[in-house]
Amino acid sequence: MAVVETGAAAAPTVGVQPRRASRREGWQRRLPLLPALIYTIVVTQIPFLVTLWYSFQDYFFDVPAPARFDGLSNYKTVFTDPAFRGSLVRSVIMTVTAVIVAMILGVAFALLLDRKFPGRSIVRTLIITPFLVMPAAAALVWAGPMLDPNFGLLNYLLQPFGVHHVAWLSTHALGSVIVVMIWQWTPFMTLIVLAGLQGQPADTLEAAKVDGAGAFATFRELTMPHLRPYIELGILLGSIYLVNVFDQVRLMTNGGPGTSTTNLPFYLYEQVNDAFDVGGAAAAGVITVILTIIVATFALRMFARVFQFEEAGS
Amino acid sequence: MTEPKGRGAAWTDERGTSEEGRRRLKAPRRREGSRAREPGPRKLRDMSVKAGWGIFTWVVGIAFFLPVLWMVITAFKPESAAETWPPRFVFSPTLAEFRLVFSGWGPYVTHSAIATVGSTVLVLLLGVPASYALSVRPVKHWRDGLFFFISTKMLPIVAAIGPLYVIALKTHLLDSIWILIILYTAMNLPLAIWMIRSFMLEVPSELLEAARLDGAGRIREITGVIMPVISPGLVSTALICVIFAWNELFLALNLTITNAATLPMFLISSVPQEGLYIAHLSAAATVASVPVIAVGWIAQRSLVRGLSMGAIK
Repeated sequence: MAVVETGAAAAPTVGVQPRRASRREGWQRRLPLLPALIYTIVVTQIPFLVTLWYSFQDYFFDVPAPARFDGLSNYKTVFTDPAFRGSLVRSVIMTVTAVIVAMILGVAFALLLDRKFPGRSIVRTLIITPFLVMPAAAALVWAGPMLDPNFGLLNYLLQPFGVHHVAWLSTHALGSVIVVMIWQWTPFMTLIVLAGLQGQPADTLEAAKVDGAGAFATFRELTMPHLRPYIELGILLGSIYLVNVFDQVRLMTNGGPGTSTTNLPFYLYEQVNDAFDVGGAAAAGVITVILTIIVATFALRMFARVFQFEEAGS
Repeated sequence: MTEPKGRGAAWTDERGTSEEGRRRLKAPRRREGSRAREPGPRKLRDMSVKAGWGIFTWVVGIAFFLPVLWMVITAFKPESAAETWPPRFVFSPTLAEFRLVFSGWGPYVTHSAIATVGSTVLVLLLGVPASYALSVRPVKHWRDGLFFFISTKMLPIVAAIGPLYVIALKTHLLDSIWILIILYTAMNLPLAIWMIRSFMLEVPSELLEAARLDGAGRIREITGVIMPVISPGLVSTALICVIFAWNELFLALNLTITNAATLPMFLISSVPQEGLYIAHLSAAATVASVPVIAVGWIAQRSLVRGLSMGAIK
């Protein structure tokens, strides 16, 4: 009883001091974080709040009238606009195809590069280069020197296979854009998977060999499970960037022919730049953000899982 | 006949060391190489399989690199040799197109350099203290902080482009280099924080404790103890930020016209409405890409870590 009482009596005197100190400590800890936090909130969140506001306004750049409250009509327009739905679907198709193919190629390239052979570092350097090429440059070089129907290198190289002056950007526009996306992002996947392969414990592989496991069995039973978090990370990060692909669409096909390569970013760009429809673009933007948040919630959960593995592993 | 042979080659190499596998595979193989010395055939076979994979990888690598190579080759062509059928591989190289590019790219490259360097410096100034507060002496909700930063990377900036334009217009930042510096900083900051944090976590705790016992304050702890240890990490963080800022087109295209137009926009301007332009475009594309390619080649080792935001060491 006495113990409790002294404890209770002592508590205030002892308790106040650390609480004040810990509050100071807390602020001292928070202080270095604040500039970056405030900066990020101001620069990244305010535009979205303004977007939300404009999504309820009737506002066109080319009309001198000021913005005017218009209720949900922008949303009605967007939801009934087949171009919006089409661009949404194309965004999904482009991102999913590019990410998956780039990952498959990335795993293949990483497996090739994981072997020792003369000039390995040179080949690795060659393979990562497409990722470093400025996307605008890549898009324009693919559209011209590579894919042109009249003088493009690809048609020349495919000649022995019966391909004659194919106008890739008019007949296979979506495929061409996706190919360039894959070309630029395969190195990214390769690097991440290669890091995974090289982090694989050598003794396990040796043990598998001694046990007489074949190359394919070893790959499926040991390498793949080990690579899984790396592949997940690659897919996640690749998707974050590829869903926003704009340069290739704008510079290779300008969204066409028709709307066959118009993805969400390009649709929004056109709404603002060609239709001058700030309100409509804002409403489409808000819907995009809501969809992104839904996807991102899952992505963030995955992120936490992948990074947990890393922290436990280090 | 050819198909099983190829597959067999791949299999033997991996199975080679296993005793059981060797025994099983030895019998049919011996006949093929019986003329050579006893231990020879297997080794020779292993070596040729290895060489085969090596050559195959080289071929894949070169094929993948081909568009870049073609861009550089075309850049050295005279305009008349760039748009021919069949494409010409032999021609007398000229620097004419490069000269033309260098005569016109001045303002663009200046804007690109200012936006890239400015935003990268700002990212490091904001990112280093923030990473410190999320790793070495973490705030209470450091995990939420980390995920807040990364979640801003997932928000599609394109969604807000109209309002961004209006905001830039009203704050008189439209077509100014500042709007690019501000936005590129926000674009790269989450990446940098995750990355720098992963480097800070590796600073030995004895080092930090020793500094604390010496009575070093937080600022001295960061500048005197942590920064020297993680400086290679800061360099690779900066390089990643440089790559993304240098290559950015969307924001530049929407928010600048002439006073702050960057190199990707110079590329677009090198495609005229009519006339031959392929060699000129290739020269411009080469020149615009070379700085980042060089940086990436030099920083290959830290590239993985940067791209995975510090997840992969």
